[in-house]
Amino acid sequence: MSEAVSKARRWVDLANPTRFINFAGIVLPWLVGITLLVLAAGLWMSFQAPDDYQQGSTVKIMFIHVPFAWLSMMCYTVMSISAIGTLVWRHPLADVSAKAAAPIGAAFTALALITGSLWGKPMWGTWWVWDARLTSVFVLFLMYLGIIALTRAMDDPAKSSKATAILTLVGFINIPIIKFSVDWWNTLHQPASVIRMGGPTIHPSLLWPLLVMAVGFTLLFFTLHMMAMRNEIWRRRVVAMRRIAARSAERRGTQ
Amino acid sequence: MLSLFLRDTRLGLRAGGGVLIGILFFLAVIAVVPFGVGPDLKLLSRIGAAMLWIGALLATLLGLDRLFQADRDDGSLDLLIMASDRHILALTVLIKCLAHWTTSVLPLVIASPLLGLFMNMEPAAIGATTLTLLVGTPAITLIGAVGAAVAVALPRGGLLVSVIILPLTIPVLIFGVSAAYGAVEDPAPFVAPFLILIAITLFFAVIGPLAAAAALKSSAD
Repeated sequence: MSEAVSKARRWVDLANPTRFINFAGIVLPWLVGITLLVLAAGLWMSFQAPDDYQQGSTVKIMFIHVPFAWLSMMCYTVMSISAIGTLVWRHPLADVSAKAAAPIGAAFTALALITGSLWGKPMWGTWWVWDARLTSVFVLFLMYLGIIALTRAMDDPAKSSKATAILTLVGFINIPIIKFSVDWWNTLHQPASVIRMGGPTIHPSLLWPLLVMAVGFTLLFFTLHMMAMRNEIWRRRVVAMRRIAARSAERRGTQ
Repeated sequence: MLSLFLRDTRLGLRAGGGVLIGILFFLAVIAVVPFGVGPDLKLLSRIGAAMLWIGALLATLLGLDRLFQADRDDGSLDLLIMASDRHILALTVLIKCLAHWTTSVLPLVIASPLLGLFMNMEPAAIGATTLTLLVGTPAITLIGAVGAAVAVALPRGGLLVSVIILPLTIPVLIFGVSAAYGAVEDPAPFVAPFLILIAITLFFAVIGPLAAAAALKSSAD
């Protein structure tokens, strides 16, 4: 019981930006180290993996394309949870988290689209088709850019946070559409083959590198996200301190 | 609520050519298409429904920033928000959206059969396109209300509203156009996409005003 309470308090304590920065300072070096290790292991395993009998060596694009695509959706989910945190609990770090996650998510989505089209050229014979999965991921990319534009358009973070949170939640409709687009419509993109009922359909020799790479890129996302949040907190502090400095300078000028 | 509807409608009609500019923009977009793709009448009649939809979508987006801007400038938006303990704010937003749709989007729908003639479309195709526009454009206005409410505090939010709303309107466009084609081409169904279009409109009639009301409240305090 008391442990649960202290644990809950620890989470509340993290709401304090100073404590968060201390926490990030302790955790980040470890996180960076683990991320590098896992990514290195994943890369090594990917190069060791056998070629596909049909696709040849291009199947290796999968080891980066699939994690990027997963992360582009996970990042939006993280942003939506942050948006709920902003609107419901007015958590001071929630909008920092949402703001920091948006550019990272946009980058992962862009990488997923680029690697996907590089893979599509030798496999499908075309860089791009307007099928449901590709189009919905492209819409996700546009929404990331719209959210970033809205956040940057308002200079007061207190105001932009709520507007961005509402927009993020409305846009969350797209995530289930992306997930199920391959099941609802006939698409050129293959249906889900890793997370599905009845176990994955990928051969273990290709599945293991993929999973290790996915874990590695997820860790990379959390590392970057934490760094970006720390930067954002520092940036806001600099702005606040500049304001205080300007105010005190003004006061000195009038005396 | 009825008086609010009447007031907004009257304001929209008398607001100095707002309606006319929307129709003119629609007309200009449609008139530019033959210059872009060439005056091939067969091709024009095939892409006509899609072009009418895109033109109507752009013309609707153009007028969206006026949804709350004028009320914010003269302060009546604050009064509406303050009255939210008597009337649900989401309902007020819904009424405002309906009034906005009646004054600035309904004329586009009425003008679309005429523009369909320019595109050399068959009468059945024109009728189907007008019908889908009639059912589908409220969804665009309701989605746009979220964008307009989010960007209401910005000095020049018009372009930003279009940018953040356009991705969300893609499903409306897809099902509107596929229903319009379904009415003409034989194997494609008409009823299924049409019903989905109605469902989208009803869905955003709930989500849109709720989200827009939340955004307006947060912009006020």
